[in-house]
Amino acid sequence: MSLSLGSVSIPFEDIFKSLFGLSIENSTWEYIIVNYRLPKTITAILIGSGLAVSGLLMQTLFRNPLAGPYVLGLSSGASLGVAFLIMGASLLSGFLGEFLYSKWAIILSASGGSLLVMLAVLSTAQRVKDTMTLLIIGLMVASLTSAIVSVLAYFSSSNELQLYIFWSFGSLGNLSWKEVGILSLCWFIGLSFAVFCLKNLNALLLGENYAKSMGVQLKKNRILIIVSTSILAGSATAFAGPIAFVGLAVPHLVRQLVPTNDHRVLLPSIIFGGAILMLLCDIIAQLPGTESTLPINAVTSIFGAPVVIWLLLRKRKLNF
Amino acid sequence: MSSEFNQSKILLSASSLNLGYKEKRSVISVAEAINFEIKTGELVALIGINGSGKSTLLKTLSGQIPALSGEVKIDNQLLSGLHDKNLGSYLSLVLTNEPVSRQLTVMELVALGRHPYTNWMGQLSEIDVEKVNKALSQVDLIQKKDKLCDSLSDGQFQKVLIARALAQDTPLILMDEPTTHLDMFHKAYVLQLLKTIVKTSQKSILFASHEINLALQLCDKIILIDEGKVDFGTPSELIQKGAFKTLFPADFIVFDEVSKTFRMRIQDD
Repeated sequence: MSLSLGSVSIPFEDIFKSLFGLSIENSTWEYIIVNYRLPKTITAILIGSGLAVSGLLMQTLFRNPLAGPYVLGLSSGASLGVAFLIMGASLLSGFLGEFLYSKWAIILSASGGSLLVMLAVLSTAQRVKDTMTLLIIGLMVASLTSAIVSVLAYFSSSNELQLYIFWSFGSLGNLSWKEVGILSLCWFIGLSFAVFCLKNLNALLLGENYAKSMGVQLKKNRILIIVSTSILAGSATAFAGPIAFVGLAVPHLVRQLVPTNDHRVLLPSIIFGGAILMLLCDIIAQLPGTESTLPINAVTSIFGAPVVIWLLLRKRKLNF
Repeated sequence: MSSEFNQSKILLSASSLNLGYKEKRSVISVAEAINFEIKTGELVALIGINGSGKSTLLKTLSGQIPALSGEVKIDNQLLSGLHDKNLGSYLSLVLTNEPVSRQLTVMELVALGRHPYTNWMGQLSEIDVEKVNKALSQVDLIQKKDKLCDSLSDGQFQKVLIARALAQDTPLILMDEPTTHLDMFHKAYVLQLLKTIVKTSQKSILFASHEINLALQLCDKIILIDEGKVDFGTPSELIQKGAFKTLFPADFIVFDEVSKTFRMRIQDD
């Protein structure tokens, strides 16, 4: 479905033909599908599921239903890293040259930025146990980073500014096969860490004190979970820009459908749910029937915010 | 020596144990010179007023915080020498006010008690399922095992937490105020349940509680923390010593040695 919709409309039949290696009459269509639509669909799946899983991990680690990569400032941290890279590049380009403009550099700075914020939030989270404080700290971190980005923007050229702004709109397209490869590698590594922690994530559902009493090595698992979250959210943000609400909303949406918090059931469901939601948002972003494409970040927020509000109003509290 | 003496061995012991917290510059001492021995099959209450250090003692005994000095031995091994990984097979906890997820079925939550014994995926073996079912029937919750914890009453949920500790199948269970938020019937019910557990399974339970009157009637031993000093003995030993006389301000609450209960002093004015 998401393959067929786009600025150029291509019939379903021909998509299936080209996917299974059959030749179709229109070679332009085939080119669009193989080099543009297919990488984009895979990107949407990887990013949707990656962000959703990182949201789940944070909600369990913090035992807090409001945790998520965007709410806790993780995405802002990644933005800050990228802003430093793009807008500070002119200062450093003498030393590092070409490297600065590669995708690897963007990934590294985005992951580094989100890791930094995650560590800061975690260290404060251990001192304050209450939900509201943590949320406010996340908001403060977000506004702090956006302030620093503004300062950077003030001193940078219009070219760099444009580059950053387009990145921050978020986009699932424009990824070459090689970049999709890098993204799936990050996704795979991040997810492997998460799978490795599965059993201990379940123990953490009882809170850290219980988990420790059952032989969970808290420090080690906390680090594993943080690294996993940072890789997943950092790489997603690096390639597709800061995408809001997927990380927060998908775990809650899935919990409505799957009546358990057992991570062995929840994790695969959330991977699936995140992928589907992201594909849906992508289809909406294409504005079927028109030739323009909306920024994906705007679509997830327009779609995600009402869903979370509706959930809160309906249940009055988040089951979690 | 009687045969009963042979059966019970010392499971948990503290010798010249000092409790407290180390802060950046200062050391805050909570209680000093604590000595006690808990044998298998004993139900022991930890009594003290709010802020007396009951929770600090439980945290120290469960290895969550280090002791300032002195030693704790579980099953003849130094607690400080036990690795985090192995701790779970020596003692289990029942805590209050933990952010426990209620979006789990009773069975799932109790099965988490098998955590130290399951493989890396947390798969339950036949033995695990058997122990979980046994724990559920011990607290009389077997019919509710597929219900979500969210749908349970406070008393039932407390029983689930106790069942989780039972499923962990450790010789020692430490409980922090297992009867809070419960009405009088459920308080008595839960404590009676603990008594039955220690008598039938040769486990030892140490629980912190404010239910002094119930504890005096039911427990084998009592650890009493009063203004940094710690007394240990059977209820009647402690009563003979007059240990309870100074626990509360005498013009408000008095201890009646005949009925073994605390009573309010009614003031006519």
